[in-house]
Amino acid sequence: MSTLAPPVVKGTRSANSGGRSGSLGWLVLPALLFFVTFGVVPLFGVLFLSFTQWDGIGDIHPDGLNAWRSVLGDPQLLHSLGVTFLIMILSWLVQTPASLLLGTFLAGHQRYRGFLAVLYFIPLLLSSAAIAITWKALLDPNFGLGAGLGLSFLQQDWLGKDTLAVGVVVFIVSWQFIPFHSLIYQGGVRQIPRSIYEAAEIDGAGRLRQFFSITLPQLKYTIITSSTLMVVGSLTFFDLIFVLTAGGPGDATRVLALDMYKRGFMANLMGPASAIAVILVLVGLGIALLLRRLGGTDQTDSMLEGA
Amino acid sequence: MDPRTTSRRSFLTFAAGLPVAGATLAACGSSGPTSTSSSAAAGGGSAAAGSGATYWTLTGQPQEDIRKATVARFNAANASTQITQTLFQNDAYKQKIKTALGAGQGPTILWGWGGGGLKSWVDAGQVDDLTSWFGENADVKDKLFPAAFGAATVNGKIYAMPAETVTPIVLFYNKKVFEKVGVQPPQSWGDILDLVPKFNAAKIAPFSLGGQSRWTNMMWLEFLFDRIGGPEVFQAVFDGEKDAWSNPAAIQALTEMQKLIKANGFIKGFSSITADSNADQALLYTGKAAMMVHGAWTYGGMKGSGGDFVTGGNLGYMNFPGVDGGKGDPSDSVGNPAQYLSISSKATDAEKETAKKFFKTAVLDAEEQKAWIGAGNIPIVQGADSLIGAGEDADWLKFQYSIASGAKSFAQSWDQALSPTAAEVLLDNIAKLFQLSISPEQFATNLNATIGQ
Repeated sequence: MSTLAPPVVKGTRSANSGGRSGSLGWLVLPALLFFVTFGVVPLFGVLFLSFTQWDGIGDIHPDGLNAWRSVLGDPQLLHSLGVTFLIMILSWLVQTPASLLLGTFLAGHQRYRGFLAVLYFIPLLLSSAAIAITWKALLDPNFGLGAGLGLSFLQQDWLGKDTLAVGVVVFIVSWQFIPFHSLIYQGGVRQIPRSIYEAAEIDGAGRLRQFFSITLPQLKYTIITSSTLMVVGSLTFFDLIFVLTAGGPGDATRVLALDMYKRGFMANLMGPASAIAVILVLVGLGIALLLRRLGGTDQTDSMLEGA
Repeated sequence: MDPRTTSRRSFLTFAAGLPVAGATLAACGSSGPTSTSSSAAAGGGSAAAGSGATYWTLTGQPQEDIRKATVARFNAANASTQITQTLFQNDAYKQKIKTALGAGQGPTILWGWGGGGLKSWVDAGQVDDLTSWFGENADVKDKLFPAAFGAATVNGKIYAMPAETVTPIVLFYNKKVFEKVGVQPPQSWGDILDLVPKFNAAKIAPFSLGGQSRWTNMMWLEFLFDRIGGPEVFQAVFDGEKDAWSNPAAIQALTEMQKLIKANGFIKGFSSITADSNADQALLYTGKAAMMVHGAWTYGGMKGSGGDFVTGGNLGYMNFPGVDGGKGDPSDSVGNPAQYLSISSKATDAEKETAKKFFKTAVLDAEEQKAWIGAGNIPIVQGADSLIGAGEDADWLKFQYSIASGAKSFAQSWDQALSPTAAEVLLDNIAKLFQLSISPEQFATNLNATIGQ
């Protein structure tokens, strides 16, 4: 695979009139190698396992479509899919406006902003497990923040009631990832040329008008990028929820990834767990494609005229 | 863009400060689970040639030292038949023993929990039937608690030697809280239901429960099933009888359970409390909850963390009371009846002989019994109570002994008794039952589907 040494490529390029992008194809090799080894190969392994019966330790027996039948016939799958999408949509709805506004705010150059920016990014530095343990301790109705400060409205059964638990998960996910998306939006806003705002000011547009007529449309692709990361990322929420609620109360926060883990590693049913893994991959790919479509086909083009 | 107003800026400053304050507060909050296990000793896989034997068991104090000492005594007395002992950390052992057995690399002596795990070894033909050996060595069998043999028995045959200690599940209560509210400890299930509104009126939770761990909820059902329908109700499940969970006694037990939950019998937020964090014990010794049904192993934790709660005599304990009109014997208990030692069917005859000699002469000898008592545990030996001195834990040890020796049936924890697949469905449905999101009938239907798995 590594026969395409750079000098050879150079020679090909000078000889070839229109092969500018093709000649640089070797650049993709390292990434491709990693992707195939750690992405595609395990994917096929999982696909194979979904047609077998395996307890994770003993022999692997071919089992036809039984694993698929048991997964697709289980109401738990629909429930887990529902919870996954619910958390995905709610966390998108919370994160997008918040990080859009924060990113826009941080893109300015006024005083305190550098300092505030550092503060906002603190959640980004913590691991999901640490965040989950911290919040779990804070939200404990008997020993947590509410009990400690004597504030009864904080003394809810946060993780023990179905709707509250989902809300808490969405809140913590947002708390954790808003800094990251703010960073993306901050970069996006700083790319917008000053001249557009100056022209708008001359035309008499106020701050609000400038935001909705310039900032927001100019950020279209930033929004799509950030949304793709949020939505596809929320399919794989596992560590946070596993530590925080373990999918509970009951199965109120059992997202698809957690359902997969429980079937595979706690109930020793690797076949059905692999079937769910395949479903997860398909859903993720489908959503990513859909979002690309929404963004139009010219996503690589710049929004800036003449830039 | 510029900030629109100064109030917005100050709001954002506050919002930024909040997470930091939160993290700091939590850092001073509850202490996490404490792990005493050390890493597994390496090596020592396949049996040495000759008549020696290998023995795999678990790390973790104080058990680890006692296990090592027993083997050391045996090796000192039997120079020609040495036992090589290898210790593993609990979860690592569960994986390791399965792979090793599958690959034919297992030890001569296998340490286990009995029940469903032992059954999977028996089904795979990995362990020897010891029934006739126990017949020839009646003195070994008679030395041990009869109840310990239940989880060692598969299809009427004994496949393991019960060893080590018994840990019953008991009902703990806070004497101070009972005094304050002016009530007496419950003598029956009816008393429990009557106590609930009294404690709630005093703003004290009747029962502490670490419900997120799920097996904590299971202990309640284990008792209610036994007290209402007797041990045969779960035995039918274990034996794989069709629709065993739909037994009227089972439905009644599940209904009573939900009755207690609906009456706010458990601490607020129980379904988000984990037993690993010991928060459930803390609720009892801080007086936020009056009672707790939990394993005997929590005694040490409450003694260590509860200040003078245990040493000051404020901890009360009793066996789970009976249910009026129930078929079960109120002396019955549940928990871990013993730990189990099996002999690999793949070992050589000489290795098997060494293992049997070890069982007969070294396991639970007088020295080992003393060591277990010293560590606050009851070895599964008849008359072990005579070794209990007059130490500060003497009453507690005598209480445990009376439960363990007096129980007509000492049921094994359900999740240990069933296969991992069935156990996961069971725990899952128990969590939903306690969340009141399924009815007793739905619970029975969901679990009937797992029978035989």
